[in-house]
Amino acid sequence: MARITRDEVLHVARLARLELSDDEVSKFQEQLSDILEAVSKVAELDLADVPPTAHPLAIENAWADDVPRPCLPLDEVFANAPDRDGDYFRTPPA
Amino acid sequence: MTVDTLRLTAEETNGLLTRKEASSDEIYRAYLEAIDARDEELHAFLHVCDDDPGEGIPIAVKDVIGTRGIPTTAGSKILESYVPVYDATVIERCRARGLRVIGKTNTDEFAMGSSTENSSFGPSRNPWDPSRVPGGSGGGSAAAVSGGLAPWALGSDTGGSIKQPAALCGHVGLRPTYGTVSRFGVVAFASSLDQVGPVAKSVRDCAFLYSVIAGRDENDSTTVDVPAVELPRNHDLKGLRIGVPTEMNDDAPGIEPGVRDAVRKAIELAESLGASVDECSLPLSVEYGVACYYLVAPAEASANLARYDGVRFGLREDGADFREMVMKTRDVGFGDEPKRRIMIGTYALSSGYYDAYYGTAQRVRTAIKREHDALFERFDVLVSPTSPTVAFPLGAKIDDPVAMYMNDVLTIPSCMAGLPGLNVPCGLSEGLPVGLQLIGPQFGENTLFRAGHALERALGFDVVPERLR
Repeated sequence: MARITRDEVLHVARLARLELSDDEVSKFQEQLSDILEAVSKVAELDLADVPPTAHPLAIENAWADDVPRPCLPLDEVFANAPDRDGDYFRTPPA
Repeated sequence: MTVDTLRLTAEETNGLLTRKEASSDEIYRAYLEAIDARDEELHAFLHVCDDDPGEGIPIAVKDVIGTRGIPTTAGSKILESYVPVYDATVIERCRARGLRVIGKTNTDEFAMGSSTENSSFGPSRNPWDPSRVPGGSGGGSAAAVSGGLAPWALGSDTGGSIKQPAALCGHVGLRPTYGTVSRFGVVAFASSLDQVGPVAKSVRDCAFLYSVIAGRDENDSTTVDVPAVELPRNHDLKGLRIGVPTEMNDDAPGIEPGVRDAVRKAIELAESLGASVDECSLPLSVEYGVACYYLVAPAEASANLARYDGVRFGLREDGADFREMVMKTRDVGFGDEPKRRIMIGTYALSSGYYDAYYGTAQRVRTAIKREHDALFERFDVLVSPTSPTVAFPLGAKIDDPVAMYMNDVLTIPSCMAGLPGLNVPCGLSEGLPVGLQLIGPQFGENTLFRAGHALERALGFDVVPERLR
């Protein structure tokens, strides 16, 4: 099993929107390689005929009545917001 | 009236109330005093409530469970200042029965860990030996119940976070069948695995608290109707068919001899109480369970933790533009373990790797479920140690993620299959508690309570840590 490269760590971190310091990249390169090596074990099995499980219960179509209900008041919705502008969350420019 | 916080079960504490030997406030204050006296050492709590409304007894709540007006951090800096504006459904249900939140308990960050050493706010300590971990991720709830800081607690379990700390701290904990307890208002880690459950000193307490929180919730579409809970009273185990998977017992990876012996004795005791005992096998589940879990759970976590972007709640770090703000926020806000799991999950779900990693893990999950289903044709309960080892020293495994993940080798398989599991303390090894894991079929909680209650009674294990007696 190939070890994960420095570029792959940076690629995955970018996909996950994680900024990493140089030290972190080195540390995670080592640790993620160990973890991937351990989890790659799943590839040993021949499971072509086995369907995947996404959810442990056989629930289908959990319907709810489509009736309006009150939602949280806006001041509560914004209570934990880092920044607010009227009825909007404010962020730096995209 | 003094309240013996170390020894009283929730049922006994409630008895003081119903017999009017102590008021709700007196009981609440007694636990606050216990926290004052012992939590500096144990660090079970991240937040202690000076008061909380209600007429009943106190309950401690793992800090991944949202509590209106009470900080809920999930053990993470990224939620350090977060105060929920609504209660989780499980909290609503506890409040409806008069239970009063006494505080929020420590956890590995986002419930990711097996020792609480991944908490951004420092580890909790094992009440039996403070140089050792209480297990994780629910080590705070475990230390609180074991150390007599709360009569009972709520935990959450994704791959063993209720059962393993209960084993390491010597008390009872139930991971319920997936779908029986609402996850509404609970900080999400891996949604197809996360379950809230009770942490208590006795099986009856566990069963009662489960009856309070279980049942369908219109705010969580994965919940289902749950069979009525029967509080166990039985003294024997006549007719109970116990399966002993050899891979999880004598041949379990990394099992300590003292753990193996204590569990063997408990199984012999079950036989003497009338149960039939037979060996069986879960070869694939034990061999591939951990690998399967550490693909499925991080994949789900990488999606769930995408919401921490500094926009609507939680930490925000400054950045020149939106992207820089998000990336800095997540770098500063997340500790190493969430970062590792987010990256593993992102990798496993990324283009070109999806089928090989996540897709394959989902097929392994089916195989694990089928292997368990087949055994429940022949058995009512499967038993094993909950943890292959007793509590380990702080720092022993923190720099080796793969070694840390192997703590969960015996708790993970049944979690992948959505099955309920109960930890019952069954003895000591080197002066530290050993936990017996009872696994049932889906919705088999009442069977687990019956089996656990009779065994608990026959074992006579003293849940008060020796050094605190």
